[in-house]
Amino acid sequence: MSDLGCIIGGVESINPFWLASAPPSDKKYNVERAFQAGWGGAVWKTLGVDPPVVNVTSRYGVHRTHDRRIIGINNIELISDRPLDINLREIEEMRREWPDRVIIGSIMAPIDEEAWKSLAIKVANSGVQGIELNLGCPHGMCERGMGSAVGQAPALVEQTTRWVREVVDIPVFTKLTPNVTDIIIPAAAAKAGGAHAVSLINTVNSVIGVDLNNMTPTPTVDGRGTHGGYCGEAVKPIALHMTAEIARQPETQGLEISAIGGITTWRDAAEFIALGAGAVQVCTAAMLYGFRIVEDMNEGLAAFMRDKGYRSIADFKGKATAQTVDWNELNINHDLKARIDDEACIECGRCFIACEDTAHQAIRIDAKNDGGRKFTVVDDECVGCNLCMHVCPVKDCITMEAVDTDRPYLTWPEHPKNPLRKVAE
Amino acid sequence: MKHFKITTESSRLSARDIAENFDDLHPSLDGAKAITEAARCLYCYDAPCMNACPTHIDIPKFIHQIRSGNLDGSAHTILSENIMGGACARACPTEILCEEVCVVHHTEGASVKIGELQRHAVDHLMDEGGAHPFMRGPLSGCTLAVIGAGPAGLSFAHRAAMLGHDVVLFEAKPKAGGLNEYGLAGYKMANDFAQTEVEFLLAIGGVRIEHGKVLGDNLSLDDLRTAYDAVFIGAGLTAARGLGVDGEHFAGVGDALEFIENVRRTEDKSSIPVGDDVVVIGGGNTAIDAAVQAKCLGARNVTLVYRRGPDAMTATQWERDLATANGVIIRYWAAPKAFSGGANVERAAFAAMRIDNGKLTPSGDSFELPADMVLKAIGQTLDSAIFGNLKLEGGKIDVNEQYQTSLPGVFAGGDCIKSGEDLTVQAVEDGKQAAIEADNMLREKLKGAAE
Repeated sequence: MSDLGCIIGGVESINPFWLASAPPSDKKYNVERAFQAGWGGAVWKTLGVDPPVVNVTSRYGVHRTHDRRIIGINNIELISDRPLDINLREIEEMRREWPDRVIIGSIMAPIDEEAWKSLAIKVANSGVQGIELNLGCPHGMCERGMGSAVGQAPALVEQTTRWVREVVDIPVFTKLTPNVTDIIIPAAAAKAGGAHAVSLINTVNSVIGVDLNNMTPTPTVDGRGTHGGYCGEAVKPIALHMTAEIARQPETQGLEISAIGGITTWRDAAEFIALGAGAVQVCTAAMLYGFRIVEDMNEGLAAFMRDKGYRSIADFKGKATAQTVDWNELNINHDLKARIDDEACIECGRCFIACEDTAHQAIRIDAKNDGGRKFTVVDDECVGCNLCMHVCPVKDCITMEAVDTDRPYLTWPEHPKNPLRKVAE
Repeated sequence: MKHFKITTESSRLSARDIAENFDDLHPSLDGAKAITEAARCLYCYDAPCMNACPTHIDIPKFIHQIRSGNLDGSAHTILSENIMGGACARACPTEILCEEVCVVHHTEGASVKIGELQRHAVDHLMDEGGAHPFMRGPLSGCTLAVIGAGPAGLSFAHRAAMLGHDVVLFEAKPKAGGLNEYGLAGYKMANDFAQTEVEFLLAIGGVRIEHGKVLGDNLSLDDLRTAYDAVFIGAGLTAARGLGVDGEHFAGVGDALEFIENVRRTEDKSSIPVGDDVVVIGGGNTAIDAAVQAKCLGARNVTLVYRRGPDAMTATQWERDLATANGVIIRYWAAPKAFSGGANVERAAFAAMRIDNGKLTPSGDSFELPADMVLKAIGQTLDSAIFGNLKLEGGKIDVNEQYQTSLPGVFAGGDCIKSGEDLTVQAVEDGKQAAIEADNMLREKLKGAAE
């Protein structure tokens, strides 16, 4: 039997699925429903220094695919707008009533040692198993010098992490913003400040859309709009990349990662874990589908682990890290050609036009005796880019076949055409 | 599949039931459903659906435009190839045209509902009631005559007007629209759509219709050739075929198209007399339209009798299903032998048929059906006498690839030409192409005159 239990930043959890600090973890009522549904933990919606913030109405915008599915949400909601003592009392109750679940207290304060430290102490005293520092919120709070304004200044990332480490004896998670050029720099700063783990990504700064009738960005608040934080399935690739980098770069190697960013299914979670995350946090999927979405996250991940023979999360954590390399380490001699299965082909022509218009003119159309069209890959022109395979609407109709080139593994630094190539000495 | 209200053993139809039966056959797609349906389209390259459409509408493009929210643009894409895109969206047998070859059928088990999407876009534009979407080109000074204001003639007139010519349409009947107005089941063209479409199409300007003009009566081809720069014949097929069997003269034995025309012309459908035992003879979509409408009017028993088997039937499977789902009994392999009765027809006798050495022949068995109404839907023929010395081929007007008849300056299209396929959409294509050819001819002529 596979065990979904895991330890992240020193915090034990019955499964790797926590609610991220966000609207779904705003209060006891919601978190209780989440725990009933099977979530392993919740990072409480970020607590600030009283008086609480005031939110605007009209808070979310969405990014839809053409079939109207939502692939991303953008929000302009701020941190918890409820008084600190009410939040802390609810956390205490929840810790008492749900002893096997994790509650992490997310906090945010102005850049002031005393403010961070006293807030951290109050929250730690409520019984949370860890503290998460919100250094990522890219809207509203950053204009007040908090959130991503801190996350974008490595020295402040290190400083706030250290302040909190100094006053609490529970694990500290530093939550990072993706709105930086190189995630390694703030991640290394968090490590230097003593973070037990980093949580990432926070939302991506974005304008989700424009109302073309009123010429206002959305979501619109009384005729005006602002940039907000983008999350959901669409940001997953950004988060995967940042997770992979932190896991593999020497400056941050070994730093534990609580991964966040578009996780909607068990498979998404497994991918983050494979790239080095110890556990994951979820928000958008719950907002779109409700807390029961966790049921299949748990069941699906367990089934995957059983199928692959992994007995624990730790068994496959970081299994894909070694294979994640710089471009310069890829084998230039590797050769693929597209193969089109005539039997499966429905003759839509999508592969042809994609290749013809935007790639390498490597697909030929011939008339078939039955009046249909036969699509054939011209091997001499095919560069193995995968585009045809991706646009094909039929699963496994176009596959990429490795060509045996008999040539050795050759990287760009060693390539004869590289003017700066390293010649073996 | 729509289920009409039909007469049962215990109840007959009320006037309201009958009126409701003639409501729209397909409810129109609402906006959200249309976008969901549009999202199923794969946006094929050189799409099979587009090639299967006689008018070659750029279907992937118009569906993409529905998806992008550019509904007027979508309608424009449709109408620029098929000005009667609204009627075709309602009446086309899409199951044997665009939707038959839609490749989504292979991936999802059901084709994209191209016809319903087309209707969604065109109805949107027509319901808006804004300016006509097409502009006329520079006026040529030419005036063209069109015989018949059916789909072929109207399509010709619209395209010719767009190309800068003036057009006079000569129509025998009091309304324009041809079979769209008089020859299709009422529920396919609900809410007077055929007339709405005629008005929409004429809004381009430069087109006039003269009603009550009958070729061979108060209209002559020679006069038109003299008076106009070019002539287009879109007269359809106006002569009813006879069965050539005993008793065809009995009251109650009639032509299915006349029956359909009567249904279409009558405002209060409950006033239309319909038999208790209706027998429809034929195997095309007109036979189905007659049979199902007879059911809609309250006929107790409706039997459609076709002399060949299901494979040879030209009515599409969808049409057959609509009929059988609504209580029409379809009997194959039987040809009418004789009708008998008193003042009115009472019985129809049939010979069972079979294929013998590749030939359809009576098998020797026969049967009778009670019949107080017999509707013949065995096709129409060209009334060749009215076309004078125009060359015919296989009983229809002979045209070359440019839609030119044997007489210079006379073009023809639609059901009356040899390639006529009995489809509104083909007639629209014929009219459009013939107008382009007539325009080419006239421009050559004008150029010659100028030089």
